[in-house]
Amino acid sequence: MSERDVSPTGSPYAPHTPAETAAMLDAIGVDDVEALFDVPDAVAFDGDFGIDAHGERETRREAVRLLRRNDDLTEFLGRGHYDHYVPSVVDDLSKRSEFLTSYTQYQPEVAQGFLQALFEYQSMLVELTGLGVANCSMYDAATALGEAATLSQRVRSVSGDRILVPEHLRDGKRAVLENYADGPDLSVESYPMADGQADVDALAETADEDVAMVYAETPSVRGVVAERLADVGDVTDDHDALFCLGSDPVALSLLERPADVGADVVVGDAASLGIGTAYGFGLGMFVTREEYLRQVPGRLVGASDDADGRRAYTLTLQTREQHIRKERATSNICTNQAWVALRTAMHAAWLGPQGLVDLAEECVTRARDLAAELDDVVGLQAPVHDGHHFREFVAHTDQPARAVVEDLAARGYAVHAVDEHLIQVCTTEVTAAEEEAFVEAVAEVAA
Amino acid sequence: MKYDQARWTDDGDERYEPLLSEKANREVEVEDSPLPDDLTRDSLELPDPAEPELARHYTRLSQMNYGVENGPFPLGSCTMKYNPSFTEDVSRRAEAAVHPDRPDSTVQGTLALCHRLQDYLGRIGGMDAVTLQPPAGAAGEFTGIQIAKAYHQHNDDERSEVVIPDSAHGTNFATAAMAGYDVVELPSGDDGRVDPEALEAAVGEETAALMLTNPNTLGLFERDIERIADVVHDAGGLLYYDGANLNALLGRARPGDMGFDVMHYNVHKTFATPHGGGGPGAGPVGVTDELAQFLPDPHVQSSKGGYEYYTPDHSIGKVHGFYGNWPVLLKTFAYVTRLGDAGLADASAKAVLNANYLAEQIPYEVPFGPFHHEFVASASPQDAADAAKRMLDHGVHPPTTKWPEIVDEALMTEPTEAESKRSLDQLAAAFSAVHDEDDETLASAPERTAAGRIDQVEAARNPRLSWQALDSET
Repeated sequence: MSERDVSPTGSPYAPHTPAETAAMLDAIGVDDVEALFDVPDAVAFDGDFGIDAHGERETRREAVRLLRRNDDLTEFLGRGHYDHYVPSVVDDLSKRSEFLTSYTQYQPEVAQGFLQALFEYQSMLVELTGLGVANCSMYDAATALGEAATLSQRVRSVSGDRILVPEHLRDGKRAVLENYADGPDLSVESYPMADGQADVDALAETADEDVAMVYAETPSVRGVVAERLADVGDVTDDHDALFCLGSDPVALSLLERPADVGADVVVGDAASLGIGTAYGFGLGMFVTREEYLRQVPGRLVGASDDADGRRAYTLTLQTREQHIRKERATSNICTNQAWVALRTAMHAAWLGPQGLVDLAEECVTRARDLAAELDDVVGLQAPVHDGHHFREFVAHTDQPARAVVEDLAARGYAVHAVDEHLIQVCTTEVTAAEEEAFVEAVAEVAA
Repeated sequence: MKYDQARWTDDGDERYEPLLSEKANREVEVEDSPLPDDLTRDSLELPDPAEPELARHYTRLSQMNYGVENGPFPLGSCTMKYNPSFTEDVSRRAEAAVHPDRPDSTVQGTLALCHRLQDYLGRIGGMDAVTLQPPAGAAGEFTGIQIAKAYHQHNDDERSEVVIPDSAHGTNFATAAMAGYDVVELPSGDDGRVDPEALEAAVGEETAALMLTNPNTLGLFERDIERIADVVHDAGGLLYYDGANLNALLGRARPGDMGFDVMHYNVHKTFATPHGGGGPGAGPVGVTDELAQFLPDPHVQSSKGGYEYYTPDHSIGKVHGFYGNWPVLLKTFAYVTRLGDAGLADASAKAVLNANYLAEQIPYEVPFGPFHHEFVASASPQDAADAAKRMLDHGVHPPTTKWPEIVDEALMTEPTEAESKRSLDQLAAAFSAVHDEDDETLASAPERTAAGRIDQVEAARNPRLSWQALDSET
């Protein structure tokens, strides 16, 4: 093993030879690098962390040794984090160091590549939603929803502090929203669902002039395609509230355009394209109407001209942002998920419009067909909700749901327990080849 | 050596690389879908390049982009250090690709690794407990300030203000406002540091927290940190550490030992995870024992024979829909494990050495010191932004410009430990060359980059944020 690989005395990523270090110290006029630290003795740290250095190979081995403690399960899991096949070309191109190791485009003249890629990403979201302005990322679907709630406070002509969200909502998403709602003192309340859909009549009843925003999802967290979104849009119109719609780029390739149902903001996880399963690592999609442009959180890439009159791209409207506007900024976001947006755009382009529509249709038919097959299993009824499903559905189990989940895990499959006798099953093209064996396993445990 | 970016143009065309939509847009009808027509869109119009075209498009775009592997990237406050290749491979292991809804018992590897990383970060920062959930530095700030708020509320002690030095990162101000606090801006003392007397005047029973970066954005260590901590604590406030500049102090000083109660780590700065053209990063938050009960939900702890998630007693709830930026955390784990104590301490030593050496070699004045991993030079009487544009022509990425405002025409410069003496000499040569150039040359720069100087005013006055907006113009 080479000295550099073990590196007992230094960082393997600092290129200095001892002679160079000595020359540099000499140029500065000190004998020892420690003389450059202006740390008072009282707060100086003279202990050690107790973290051993490792060679690269050893480090990889240690990480893999830990990770191998994860069970090897075939996951029929979704609820906001989806596994679609990511082509190799997306990995290869996005890993190019010019992309991966660059940063926020403060010097656009040497960042045209990334800026154009983000401009293309924004444009794709504009097409998918029919709304005029997409930012180039929030952290994830939940934080994008939180930002939408704060947006409602900046754009609304009348004051209101109620944020209405569906009764069926991922706990984590609501918990994040509650934190974003805490500063501006908004109150987050649920409206009821009727058979997996927004109960629009109940929603209309609870809505009043104090409603700042109504949030709805299609598909819902239970995989149900919403059928009355235009009615939700009417409710928000009646009360001058924002209509925030949650979805994702695959679903939006097929479902009715958010602009056509009156949505004012579209949020969701755009990493359903570009990432695959990554323990919830995502990409917050944020798209809204042009009239709210100056209140949008996050980075925006715009087209302009360079000194030669050629088209060029740059971050724009930065006076909305924290580094300029400080406490009056539209958000505190700085570092975002730009590289994920790059991958999402690449993946969308790789699929093309027909590929996207086909993939979305497969999400509908696979969920439908798998639910039908599971419905034939003794001790299980699927789907619980009427209506159309996208990727996933909820099933009723005669056995306790927890027991079904555990027994399936023992057979190598992961599903989610929703309730005492409800499980949720998600399938995509990635799990397609496993469906038959999965149904057999369910039959073994469900009776 | 010059860094010339490829210029790809269509002859007679006013574009460098055509948009995907200009090359290969296609509209498809949505018909005969498995959904009823009234639930589907009518059509979808998006680019449809074949894979070879796609590969060439993004390869060309990458050639018009400057990253750490292209050359020096001394962007102050951003710690653009080299991102070790192998950490990418670690983050992409198939064993790591697990779904967040799995039962704890089936993701023991992930939990074990998170637990180890929590422990490592705690030791490095001198904090008792660490959450990995915040997906970026600013999200870490929000987490930390929400924790401070929960702490005060828990003590029936509602407070309304957060105190922040005027030299602080813009995120600090925005975070405090987002959490519902009024911001009290603290003017810097003549030496560029916090003036303890001004601080005493600013804090009181409404002070929820002081947010502080140490060393500060001028690279200066807050020598009075003990007194600062006492002043804030005596008023009943908490001390928040912005971890943006932790790369200056690894193994030399720890926020926990300085009296900080809450801190965030910027793993994409200090621990070399790639910046990804703007993100993703991660912003783990460390706290003292007393504040651990307020950490985000859920938190990893060891259990009988393994690890489990639990909800801290008075948790602030969640700041990310799932568990944060997991692949980034894997890279962080890999970097810290690779370097260990000696490597981390050496990273800071070389980062501080490099900043001091570079400052010594350049003709611009550096008004404040002694600085650590970064320094702020003054370009005055030149315009700092123009000087930066001209540095692009000399083949290097320029420093952060015109900030912090305490230095006239600021060039905020952070070379990181990744630069060799040779590359620092090249960087210094670029500073020197620009220093000797006239205003006209600077104002017309850059001329050797993929794009010439971009009209920012036009971009903002006539916002065109999509290819649809460009199309509607013609």
